[in-house]
Amino acid sequence: MSSPVLTMSGISKSFGATQALRDVSLDVPVGRVLALIGENGAGKSTLMKVLSGAHVPDAGTMTLNERPFTPSGPHDARLAGVGMIYQELNLAPDLSVEDNIMLGQEHSRFGMLNRRAQQAKVREVLELLGHPDLPPSTPVRELPIAQQQLVEIARALASDCKVIVFDEPTSSLTRSDVEHLFAVIRRLKSAGLGIVYISHFLEEIRQVSDCYAVLRDGQSVGSGELSDTTDTDIVSLMVGRDVSELFPSVPHTPGEVMLQVRCLSGESSPVDVSFELRRGEILGIAGLIGAGRTELLRCLFGLDEVASGDAIRSPDAYVRTLGRRRPSYGCSPRRRIAEGFGLVSEDRKTEGLAQSRSIADNMTYSRLKPYSRFGWLNLNRRRTAVADWMRRLHVKAASPEQSVGELSGGNQQKVAIARVLHQEADILLLDEPTRGIDVGTKAEIYRLMGEQAAAGKAIIFVSSYLTELLAVCDRVAVMSRGRMKEVRAAKDWTEEAVMAVAVSV
Amino acid sequence: MSEKPLTSDSQRGPLFADPRFWKRALSMLRPFLALAAVVLLFAVADQRFSEKPAFFTADNFTNVVSQTAIVAVAALGMTVIIIAGGIDLSAGTAIALAATVLAWCLKEDVATKLVAGDSVASATARLKSANDELGRVNKELKALGEKSPGNSVIAEKLLDLGNATHEVERREQRLASVKMVSQSWSKWTPTLAVLAALGCGCLCGFVNGALISVLRVVPFIVTLGTMQLFLGLAKQIASNSTVRPDRASQVPDWFSSLLSIRPETLWLKLPAGVWLTLLLAGLLAAGLHWTVFSRYVFALGSNEATARLCGINVRWNKIAVYTLSGLFVGIAGLYQFSRLTVGNPTSGTGLELKVISAVVIGGASLSGGRGSVLGTLLGALIMSVIGNGCTMLGLENPVQDMILGVIIVAAVTLDQFRQKAVGGRQ
Repeated sequence: MSSPVLTMSGISKSFGATQALRDVSLDVPVGRVLALIGENGAGKSTLMKVLSGAHVPDAGTMTLNERPFTPSGPHDARLAGVGMIYQELNLAPDLSVEDNIMLGQEHSRFGMLNRRAQQAKVREVLELLGHPDLPPSTPVRELPIAQQQLVEIARALASDCKVIVFDEPTSSLTRSDVEHLFAVIRRLKSAGLGIVYISHFLEEIRQVSDCYAVLRDGQSVGSGELSDTTDTDIVSLMVGRDVSELFPSVPHTPGEVMLQVRCLSGESSPVDVSFELRRGEILGIAGLIGAGRTELLRCLFGLDEVASGDAIRSPDAYVRTLGRRRPSYGCSPRRRIAEGFGLVSEDRKTEGLAQSRSIADNMTYSRLKPYSRFGWLNLNRRRTAVADWMRRLHVKAASPEQSVGELSGGNQQKVAIARVLHQEADILLLDEPTRGIDVGTKAEIYRLMGEQAAAGKAIIFVSSYLTELLAVCDRVAVMSRGRMKEVRAAKDWTEEAVMAVAVSV
Repeated sequence: MSEKPLTSDSQRGPLFADPRFWKRALSMLRPFLALAAVVLLFAVADQRFSEKPAFFTADNFTNVVSQTAIVAVAALGMTVIIIAGGIDLSAGTAIALAATVLAWCLKEDVATKLVAGDSVASATARLKSANDELGRVNKELKALGEKSPGNSVIAEKLLDLGNATHEVERREQRLASVKMVSQSWSKWTPTLAVLAALGCGCLCGFVNGALISVLRVVPFIVTLGTMQLFLGLAKQIASNSTVRPDRASQVPDWFSSLLSIRPETLWLKLPAGVWLTLLLAGLLAAGLHWTVFSRYVFALGSNEATARLCGINVRWNKIAVYTLSGLFVGIAGLYQFSRLTVGNPTSGTGLELKVISAVVIGGASLSGGRGSVLGTLLGALIMSVIGNGCTMLGLENPVQDMILGVIIVAAVTLDQFRQKAVGGRQ
């Protein structure tokens, strides 16, 4: 077997208290495709950011072509020979194909572009890609996504890359485009480049990769040749086996149907989703990032447009969303809140909370009525009520007037959840409520969810952390590519089974 | 599971021992300190370099304060907009539009016009033209009489004479009735004119708000457009010149004494307009603290996505914010007119930048979510103190402009530093 073109060994990286990578090692062989596999949050992105120079590792060394590799930044890494192709394309849409390929590595003399040398280079690179047909002078904006991606790959080639990383490159491509991309990857492989391919989809990985490495919780847990490994082996490596004691269970029993969703479709996702939700039930929704879980919640809450389908909210209201094109009429969050829905956003920083406002404000925005009279607020009464909620949820803060931005992630999340409870919602839509918070607070949130279910509320719990979904929920649904694939009682699922459904196309 | 040790968040000690208290206190006092520093600087410079130091005197204080009123009152409205994360570049020309509308209403004696459908002035003018016509026909008749032509021609002219006389009589009657109406109704004209100015301000604001929230175009661009639109409207009303109501008969005294610093017009040592500004500021400050609406305003500016998530009606609240600000623009228009006593459509050009500067110097954040009434008032005051102080020191206008520019950039830079400090943990 040939020597690796890139070696990463003993890489560790932590952000504050969370250890994102712990002693990770990775070898990228010459002329082969290495699949980097792991659940959301397993540390793949962090590892690749270390490789691309966006993060400096706390410990560990890298060698590229048998020379020490310590990139000072993304540009430096690219010039040294590491090309990154991200899910989100990084192109200047109004520049031409040629300008995009040569961006940041222009052939010039005394500040004047050497057009002829550039054109030669671009031709050479496109030839290598097997796509000499790409018109170099067309603005990138006018190309379809698949060809824009080729431009991005060409840019990496133009800087004489030794290693190219593809980070979920197929998420926005059609089936046939995926085939073309794989052909290109095979071409690059035979040209002697080392390739790292990151994807959730095992089938894709099998099609294009030769060997694999699995990350879990920021550690390398296994690697080998794909040809002598089964999918089940890989999935069990991804999921791991340690079931902890961190899931306090509060007994609750599902009652009558509270929400019945029928054939709900959004603009692009979700696609044709039907399910029912009972009083006192916690319904978990599993799936990979981009599977349409967040979009489903947003459609239900009136934040995203609904293309078709409807939902019956029993016993009170008929939640009409059928064919509505304008979310601001009839299916606005305002109306959903009135109907007893409450959403905790997955993104505390940009959507969930107004960071510069106080805890009291953030907690009561959705229901100021109890404290107002003719539009004027009784701030003392509100303060008392908010302080009470803070005690109930153990929010640690100096006072209700402290601004939310000064709190820790866990306490911020508690404020976001307190708002939904304060507005007396009885259908709680929780989108990744435990993301980025410490273990102790997670346990508190699980207990709180159990208590709310026991009090007769219905909860939809979206999470990428399978262990918590299976431990906390009554039923778990798995989504993939916008569709709800399968719903079973939580005890009938294993993490492997969930993963197998989630990665199926 | 063991209880985590208490973080600093949860420590509760005596108020004065809490560093956060001092930080807050300092940030509250900052605009005061800035104002004090500027005043001190000019007072000292004035003492040292002027032959007759007049900066640090009560008279000059009154003068500065009354000069500030126009910008200050418009800046109150702008504060609300900026807190809500918006901006209004049309404020300046909207002020001029309101002032022009006010002047036009006074000039046209709008109350009488509404009741009688005519004003004394135009009825008089039309009577005059009828009289002229009568005189012309008489003259022609006389000329014909000397030539003594055929009867038919004379008969025709006599008919004309009859018509003209009749017209004059009709118009005399009309004038009399208009005058009668005007005697009882004219006194309402100033009130109506003020209402029209305020309504005009609100309407301008409403148009801005509606365009911003319905078209979903950024406020900067929308108000850049309406800025030009309002300027054009004002010019249209003024027939592309200046509306000059008659100062003696058409402009009541209280208009011009609103911001005048003549001793006999002062009320408790300050012009009435200044007191009105302070009253409005007090009301607005209270409103920004204790109303439901204010919570929504801050929420919008701090994070619009959160506001939507919490079921706040983003559209209507934006429209309300701009309309409220329009009310203050209307009042600023009234002040503008009281200073100039004419309606000059171009008098507000560039004023919006002074207004925005006042708000920014007062500590509001152009990215929204932060700002205070007190800060804005002090910001406006700082700007006029600088202007006034420079004049007192004999510094030229260009120098004033440069100093103001530096101060604005400094204020915004300071704001950014503070923002980073507040951003805190994530």
